[in-house]
Amino acid sequence: MELFVAQIITGLANASSLFLVACGLSLIFGVTRIVNFAHGSLYMLGAYLGYTFMQVLPGALGFWSSILLAGVSVGVIGILVEMLVLRPVYKAPELFQLVATFGVILVIQDIALIVFGPEDLLGPRAPGLRGVFRVMGEPVPKYDIILLVITPIVALALWYLITQTRVGVLVRAATQDREMVSALGVNQAWLFTGVFGLGSALAGLGGALQLPKGGADLLMDFHILAPVFVVVVIGGMGSLPGAYLAAVIISVLNVFAVTYLPQSTLVLMFVVMIVVLTIRPYGLFGREEVAGEHGQVGEPERPIKPASPRVQLLTSVFILLLAMMPIYSASFSLVFTTDVLIFCLFAASLHFLLGLGGLVSFGHAAYYGGGAYVAALLVTHANTPMELAFLLAPLGAGIAALVIGWVCLRLTGVYFAMLTLAFAQLLWSLVFQWGEVTGGDDGIVNIWPSEWLKPTIVYYYLTLLFCVGGILLLRHIAHSPFGYALRAARDSKRQAESTGIDTRKIQLLAFGFAGFMGGLAGALFVFSKGSVFPNELEIARSFDALIVVFLGGVKTLAGGVAGGVFFKGIEDILLKFEYWRLVMGLLIIFVVVLAPEGIVGSLRKGAERLNLIKSKDM
Amino acid sequence: MNGVLKTERLTKTFGGLIAVDDVSLELQKGELLALIGPNGAGKSTCFNMLMGQLKATSGKVYLADEEITDLSPRQVWRKGVGRTFQITATYSSMTVIENVQMALLSHFGDILRFLPRAHLLHREEALKLLDLVGMADQADRHCAVLAYGDLKRIELAIALAHSPMLLLMDEPTAGMSPKERVDLMELTAKIVRDQGVSVLFTEHDMDVVFAHSHRIMVLNRGKLIAEGDAGEIRNNPLVQEVYLGGGTLFTSEVESHA
Repeated sequence: MELFVAQIITGLANASSLFLVACGLSLIFGVTRIVNFAHGSLYMLGAYLGYTFMQVLPGALGFWSSILLAGVSVGVIGILVEMLVLRPVYKAPELFQLVATFGVILVIQDIALIVFGPEDLLGPRAPGLRGVFRVMGEPVPKYDIILLVITPIVALALWYLITQTRVGVLVRAATQDREMVSALGVNQAWLFTGVFGLGSALAGLGGALQLPKGGADLLMDFHILAPVFVVVVIGGMGSLPGAYLAAVIISVLNVFAVTYLPQSTLVLMFVVMIVVLTIRPYGLFGREEVAGEHGQVGEPERPIKPASPRVQLLTSVFILLLAMMPIYSASFSLVFTTDVLIFCLFAASLHFLLGLGGLVSFGHAAYYGGGAYVAALLVTHANTPMELAFLLAPLGAGIAALVIGWVCLRLTGVYFAMLTLAFAQLLWSLVFQWGEVTGGDDGIVNIWPSEWLKPTIVYYYLTLLFCVGGILLLRHIAHSPFGYALRAARDSKRQAESTGIDTRKIQLLAFGFAGFMGGLAGALFVFSKGSVFPNELEIARSFDALIVVFLGGVKTLAGGVAGGVFFKGIEDILLKFEYWRLVMGLLIIFVVVLAPEGIVGSLRKGAERLNLIKSKDM
Repeated sequence: MNGVLKTERLTKTFGGLIAVDDVSLELQKGELLALIGPNGAGKSTCFNMLMGQLKATSGKVYLADEEITDLSPRQVWRKGVGRTFQITATYSSMTVIENVQMALLSHFGDILRFLPRAHLLHREEALKLLDLVGMADQADRHCAVLAYGDLKRIELAIALAHSPMLLLMDEPTAGMSPKERVDLMELTAKIVRDQGVSVLFTEHDMDVVFAHSHRIMVLNRGKLIAEGDAGEIRNNPLVQEVYLGGGTLFTSEVESHA
């Protein structure tokens, strides 16, 4: 019983940072409709800045003012990010901002590395709060008690700001109807900036507050991201009490899990999230998102048509060049091209879902990494012949996608995206923590293809066959009645359902098919590298694919492939530099700001402007 | 009997509000029936129950003597009901003809085919339908760049794709210019004459209603209060009170929005 109470207190104390970061994210999303993936980075900056200030400012007063200063500084950084990166892309296609915020993550990662160095920083203890209190005989750190008190105070202050002040009225009004608020003469741009600054400040505050407990390191941005999204989604997007309750639930459960079931800590929160969303699809305190048909943001997507003879000829020449590559090129470029081809298939499978289906899956790595792991596990534990494992891997990924899709498709919009992310993270945590079977962090090694496929050239041809075949198949299906029905379900679900089209069935099948193709890419990957590690299932891998699809162009059929080639090519060059993330991040931001149509879309527009191709009907 | 559509004591309540109250109506083959009433009278609720978008609280709906109460929109469509929307719903990334082809693909059970090229299927039929609504010359234009009135006509072509016996049109002329209104209603009347389709439509524009409908039913605060041809409705004191004054219209609006 005593231990029980002490653990609840620890859980509540741990909830405080989580809550601060989560309510910042929730606030920003509510008003600007931007899912700020860089929120974890702002939290990390808060920790580093707090640490730096604490080195300079002495004593208890110095400690607490450092935390406040960290919050304010991160708020200012947030304002800069909003003005420089996000303002230009509010009008860009939906979720394009997400890619921009991902660019911000990369930039902040390298800036933190340059400024604060690669070593983990041990957070200073709070002056005067070094010891423990005895609660029913159990030791509880004094700082935990302080956190326990601070969080509700911040929450109350926020609640007052939102419900009782004029600013709060504007924020709530903007959450409900942005157009109306701006029609009433409120300067929307500054409202957005202000809210973004406030949300960022909260993240910075959360980062600085947890210093005595966790310190600062360069991985904390991604580590906080998953729990924060889980909290926001469980609590209900835009709900402060929800965020608080969810943060408490997750943190307390986590403390208990550490004690009683240490293997389950990572999996647990996603299980909680899936259970909550199954019972209350819009979170504990969330309200249903009205999926209005406001049409697509930006220029409407053009009708698709099969490739013209000229394009077919060009594609054939390109494939022929690829096929003849072993003749004119060295072995290492074959390995590189193999990587690029696999990545393009992965990206194309996501593009199928995202571009044609309008289904923004944030967790596509689940099927890519899933396929790779299915193959690796079959070979390691069941001595399955390579050829069979290679065929079963995409099947396994496809079935997983059908199951996951079945659950996720009950939701729409951001909730759908978050749930797909949660499932991917669930798989990742399973693989990561179930060491006996999956090797955990050490991965599974020695997964090589059969003898006849081992030579680089032969494996290259295998990859070429399946990747080009897969991409062409995806493209062909886009032009088939099924592909049309998928677009119809995206364009107007109302009309599709009223003309007898079962939109959910269509979307579920598309989900399964995209998962199958992702799994195929994963299987090709695992046998080309001979090993697989949990990072193939990570959020970062899902983001790679998302970025590629957005950069290539969501609204163009060739978008996934073009983005894949571009991304891999750039990555290959950049990885040679020490600060490649910085360059990559800036590059992504530039593309997003300057070419919101994506690569293919911008090229097409450019060509139309120069009258190289004729524009139809615009 | 040759009733195409029949409702029996159809009722829908939202919490304490009775949106549609005990509505029984019947629609004959080849009839053009207008359902009118002030804002909040329950017209759209009625429509959504007929088409399966909303579940009725009580009452029954029959289509040619077959009960279709509580079927999903997809099933109702399969039984032979087409509809157009108050706010147009078209596939904005497709061409005009592809919008119509989509409905034909669904009708002929082609949706789950992965091999043929969709834009080559049922093109002839789609062109015929577009010709019927006067959009054939714009068949290959991108849907997203068309005028609102044209979108309404495309919707009509889509709704006719599976040769329905009944067409439900929710405020078909809303947002159109006077000339477009007349054109669209004349077109509808022609379709009813030529194809024997029955049409139930809601409308706010009284000129349209009086000029084109065979019969009119008036809904107020969820109840049917009058029925008859244009002359009878025009002279009905109850209807006059609802539309022209006596305070009833005003109170009903306040109450239904409360």
